[in-house]
Amino acid sequence: MPSFLPIARSLPLLVVVPIFLLPAPLRAQENYFVTYSHELEEPGNLEIEAKSITGAPKGGNPFLATALEFEYGVKTWWTTELYLDAQTTAAESTVFTGFRWENRVRPLLREHWINPILYFEFEDINAADKALLEVVGHDTRSDFLGRNDRSEKERELEFKLILSSNFQGWNVSENIVAEKNLAGDPWEFGYALGASRALALAASATPCTFCRENFALGAEMYGGLGDRHSFGLHDTSHYLGPVVTWNLPRGPSVRLSPNFGLNDNSHGFLFRFMISYEIDQFVSKLKK
Amino acid sequence: MRRLAHILLMLGLAVTLCAAAGDGEWLRKVPAKDRTRPNPYATDPDAPAAGAKIFAEHCAACHGGEAEGKTEGKHIRPNLHSDRLKQATPGELFWLLTNGSQKNGMPSWSRLPDPQRWQLITFLKSLP
Ligand code: HEC
Repeated sequence: MPSFLPIARSLPLLVVVPIFLLPAPLRAQENYFVTYSHELEEPGNLEIEAKSITGAPKGGNPFLATALEFEYGVKTWWTTELYLDAQTTAAESTVFTGFRWENRVRPLLREHWINPILYFEFEDINAADKALLEVVGHDTRSDFLGRNDRSEKERELEFKLILSSNFQGWNVSENIVAEKNLAGDPWEFGYALGASRALALAASATPCTFCRENFALGAEMYGGLGDRHSFGLHDTSHYLGPVVTWNLPRGPSVRLSPNFGLNDNSHGFLFRFMISYEIDQFVSKLKK
Repeated sequence: MRRLAHILLMLGLAVTLCAAAGDGEWLRKVPAKDRTRPNPYATDPDAPAAGAKIFAEHCAACHGGEAEGKTEGKHIRPNLHSDRLKQATPGELFWLLTNGSQKNGMPSWSRLPDPQRWQLITFLKSLP
């Protein structure tokens, strides 16, 4: 049984260091790990997130992967984001696995019953990447069994149609994913669904760290839908899990989500956790 | 190709000419049925303080800690102690907080649950 020790040793590096690098406030906004809602970053704000996932695949070594994200609000209707991915696998190694550059654009500038967002991403990652920020095509748990090998490059374009609604304190989001490996593999498809709600809808009058309005509870489900030649559910993997978010007032947001694999192609259990800070009006702060 | 460039230029001009942050133009876009919505938190004794707390968290970075407004370069974030805000109905303000004035840099706040948006409005209405 490979030990989790090396992972525990890298934890500070991958997760805790970003916390100390940053000065003070704020709170994040999205409610999920994989699913996107129509919330964009406020213009001028920079959000820094460390999104991690850990698991112990059957027949493979336990791993911890982190995507460090820098998300910037260019306009109210345009958010751009850079991800740096790394992972550490017990009894193997700790490796940087690549970067992603993502843009989300809101075509309709008013709030509607269903709000569409268009998502474009370019990713340059290698086959050792384990961040599992999306599941598409025929991705299965066996992708995680190879030893850390960075030789196979995956340059991919990814498109998402994000549909999202806010009503009575709830957010409900549906994402459709299409991914194209630039090396010529066929288009691959996937989906993500999420619903969440704050535990209290009105704010309390006094400052509080643990009051219910600071917590959101929800669930998300995501998985692959095959590719252009073999669309459908066969040989695909799917996950479901609850998500809890805690927004510390004037502090970071913390989010946790145990994910359960829904079929034999999926990892049985994965655990996701995230910490994020938002720096208000980042550029004007820099200028000062 | 020249024609396309022309059209794009005119469109760009039109957008800059018709909309400027802080001109109150958003008020004209509010549908009649939204204008008259009453604020269920108008007389709630806790609402001004709760609204002030939400304001400090989400709005102060742009509008200033005292809602005094901020101008940085071409970014105009209006002072919220204005006559325009005193005259605006709670329903109009609720419409603005829900939809934003996104072309001009005011985000949508639909992610804050309805009660929090109303608490914010009670707070805005309590500003001197
Ligand atoms: C990213 C910066 C930004 C943030 C954050 C922001 N606003 Fe604004 N706000 C603006 C801008 C820019 C305008 C001008 C929009 C226009 O005139 O069309 C505006 C306009 C307004 C107006 C109308 C003012 C007028 O005189 O017409 C109100 C009311 C308002 N904001 C309230 C809020 C509240 C409440 C919050 C927090 C929930 C908030 N704003 C957060 C940028 C911001």
